[in-house]
Amino acid sequence: MGLLVRLRPIAFIGTLLVLWQVAVSLNPVHILPSPWGVMRGIVDLLHHGLLFKYVVASLFRVSWGFSLAAILAIPLGLAIGWYQRANMALHPLVQVFRPISPLAWIPLAILWFGVGDAASIFLIFLGSFFPLLLTAINAVRNIPAVYISAGRNFGLRPVDLIFRVLYPSVVPQLLIGLRITLGVAWLVVVAAEMIAVDSGLGFLIVDARNAGNRYDLVVAGMMIIGLIGLLLDTGMRSLENMKSFRWAYSED
Amino acid sequence: MALREVALSPQRALAAKLCVNHLSMVFTRDGKSTPVLQDITLEVSEGEFVCLVGPSGCGKSTLLNAIGGLLAPTAGTVFIDNEAVRGPDPRRIFVFQERGVFPWLTVEGNIAFGLFKLSRSEREERVAHYVKMVGLQGFEEAYPSELSGGMKQRLEVARALAVNPDMLYLDEPFGALDSITRHIMRGELLRIWETERKTIVFVTHDIDEAVQLADRVVILSARPAAIQRIVNIDISHPRDISSPRYLELRDGILQQIGLAHKI
Ligand SMILES: Nc1ncnc2c1ncn2[C@@H]1O[C@H](COP(=O)(O)OP(=O)(O)OP(=O)(O)O)[C@@H](O)[C@H]1O
Ligand SMILES: [Mg+2]
Repeated sequence: MGLLVRLRPIAFIGTLLVLWQVAVSLNPVHILPSPWGVMRGIVDLLHHGLLFKYVVASLFRVSWGFSLAAILAIPLGLAIGWYQRANMALHPLVQVFRPISPLAWIPLAILWFGVGDAASIFLIFLGSFFPLLLTAINAVRNIPAVYISAGRNFGLRPVDLIFRVLYPSVVPQLLIGLRITLGVAWLVVVAAEMIAVDSGLGFLIVDARNAGNRYDLVVAGMMIIGLIGLLLDTGMRSLENMKSFRWAYSED
Repeated sequence: MALREVALSPQRALAAKLCVNHLSMVFTRDGKSTPVLQDITLEVSEGEFVCLVGPSGCGKSTLLNAIGGLLAPTAGTVFIDNEAVRGPDPRRIFVFQERGVFPWLTVEGNIAFGLFKLSRSEREERVAHYVKMVGLQGFEEAYPSELSGGMKQRLEVARALAVNPDMLYLDEPFGALDSITRHIMRGELLRIWETERKTIVFVTHDIDEAVQLADRVVILSARPAAIQRIVNIDISHPRDISSPRYLELRDGILQQIGLAHKI
């Protein structure tokens, strides 16, 4: 029974793949490579050592851009959330920058950093910075006042109040924000790589199209992007499920 | 009973532990100001048990927060041991109406929260003692989300008592308890109060609770709260809740509150 339930998604995906293969072979117009063709494309990429290289390149950029954003945005956001006044002053600025898609920064990124890793890292940084900043600000502002009152009541020094009350109160919300933002960063890296660099999964997709309409490689690239995105999300989720954060997700 | 009053009275005249001096509080929100406390003056002597009662929303919690230094009053001053209160202090612990147990700490972690100055073994001993006192054995490792509402209240009381404060500010601490547990907790609180002589300010809107526990019951009017009357509960502990004096005092307060509702 349990096994059957678990096998169901796999069976479903298998059925879809078969249908896809059948549909492509029945249709004379070439609008999509067949799953079999995509498989061969992936093998091809593996064979040339490109797949590994491109995945590493994309992950490298995401790690840098995302980590830099987290390191800067979270402490800044926590501080802004804590000092209501600063929040008032900065709020319009954040609200103006936030809706600008990181992709709109591509020309400036290339102008400032040239074509290469730095430009795409910068774009991922921008794409992650504002969501994380807002997450951190809101996380602090949502702390029930009673926890802070209780912490102060027991005579905590400000430093202890930060580590023993502020930090545990905001961690659950921060983890969710980090997970969602990592998803965004993964979206941005593909787009950035289409224009600003000559390696990575985004580059693979434009390059496969431009250099000979290899749509099998285009779809192979898409699949791999999807898979890695799923892995990143699963990794972040397992962080949320760690025992020390168990309290936050059981309903009160 | 008489002895007790005699014992308390000179003390009361000599040293007020807590002195609330013409306290007023006005909240301003969106340009609209709401007066909540109006010229509250009150003295509480060392070791006294005082209950604040009044209709819902009149300003009881606000008054307690101002006394405890969590809220700065609009006017007036609070003195404790002849010193103006400027902020919260670990010698005077709150039990909050909004339930202030920390959801990220276990039962043990919550009780140990204020014990960071003690050695490890002292801390463990103290925690075990209070876990037992509030009947949470077997739940030491549980998180508050796994506890019932009443268990959370007991946990917060235990956390407050564990640091051995000389004053307790209790804001409807037994509000969510069933009547049996409520009874046990009242008895337990009285026992602690009598053995350790803590000064207690206790907010409740349960008149019976106030008459069972307090030396004096302070009746507040509807918002803006002003002190309407202060009733001395001149019955010795343990109190017989069917004695004529008890009923007389309770009915007197009920009547006063009824009037308060009409104003
Ligand atoms: N921070 C605040 N800003 C504005 N108004 C407030 C604030 N805190 C409390 N009030 C108002 O002050 C009044 C008194 O609130 P308070 O919580 O002291 O009442 P209470 O007597 O404790 O009521 P209850 O018995 O229901 O707990 C309420 O009308 C409330 O809306
Ligand atoms: Mg209240």
